[in-house]
Amino acid sequence: MANANVATPNNPTSGNRFANSSVTIEAAAPAARISFRATPKGAKDFGKTLGIDLPTKPGLSASNSSLSALWIGPDEWLIIDTKNSINSLMPRRENANFCATDVSHRNVAFIISGDGAENTLCASCPRDLSPAAFPVGTASRTIFGKAEVVLLRIGKTSFRLECWRSFSPYVWDLLIDGAQDAHI
Amino acid sequence: MLVIHCPYCQAERPELEFANAGEAHIVRPNNMSDMTDAEFEKMFFVRENPKGVNLERWRHIHGCGRFFNAIRHTVSDKFLKVYKAGAPRPSDAEIAELMK
Repeated sequence: MANANVATPNNPTSGNRFANSSVTIEAAAPAARISFRATPKGAKDFGKTLGIDLPTKPGLSASNSSLSALWIGPDEWLIIDTKNSINSLMPRRENANFCATDVSHRNVAFIISGDGAENTLCASCPRDLSPAAFPVGTASRTIFGKAEVVLLRIGKTSFRLECWRSFSPYVWDLLIDGAQDAHI
Repeated sequence: MLVIHCPYCQAERPELEFANAGEAHIVRPNNMSDMTDAEFEKMFFVRENPKGVNLERWRHIHGCGRFFNAIRHTVSDKFLKVYKAGAPRPSDAEIAELMK
C-alpha cells in the first residue's frame, strides 16, 4: 500500500521517447523544482545557500552541475535540480525576504535535441528561438500551443521544456507533430 | 501577429504571451462606501473606449507575469509607447508627439 504521506504523482508522459533523423524528444527524469519569489536581498541570500548566483537580467539562467536557476520574472525564479532531492534544496527556516514553493511534481520536462530541435519547437511556439535571439543558457516562460511552458536552451541544438504535468500529453502530441514537420 | 515590447523583459515578445487588462490609470478611491451609485458606476463600469489612442493595462501573463501600461492606437493596433506600472500617465502633449 502506498505511503499516505508521500505523494505519488501520476506522470502521463513518463518514459516517453521519440526519435527521427533530425530530432530526439525524451521525457526528462524526475527533478526537484522550486518556484522562488524574492526581494533582491532574498534572492542574494538564497543564492548563497544554493552556491549559485540567481540571475538578475531578463532571460538568463545560471547553472552549476545538476542545479539550474532560471530568471522567470523580475522577482521570480525557477530552480531545477536534476540530481539532489527537494529536501536538500528547500530553505530550512522561514525568511521574510523570500518565498520558496516546492513545485517538483507540478512540472514535468522534455528534452528536445538534435538539428531539428529548434524547428520542432517553432512549430508551436511563437518565440524567435534562433541562436542569435535565444542563445545557450537563455530561459523564458512562454506559450507552446495553448500551454504555458518554460523553455531553457541547454545546448546549441538542445532544449529543456518544462510544462505542467496535466498538460504534458497535449505538449507531447504537439512536439511529435513539430518533429514530423522538422524531419524534412 | 503583433510584437509587443515588455518593459520588464526589455525585449520584444509575441502577442500570444500577453493579455489585455483594460483601461489604464483608473484610481480606486479610498472612500468607496461614501460614493453615490452614479459615481460608483462611472468609476467601476464606464470606460473611454475611444476610436484612436487608448491608454491600456497589459499583462505579460505567459512571460514575466508583470502588468504594465501601453499606449495603443485602436484602429491601427500600433503600440506607441509602453511603460512600467506605476509610472505617471504621459501628458497629452507627449501622446500627440507620439502620434506624429
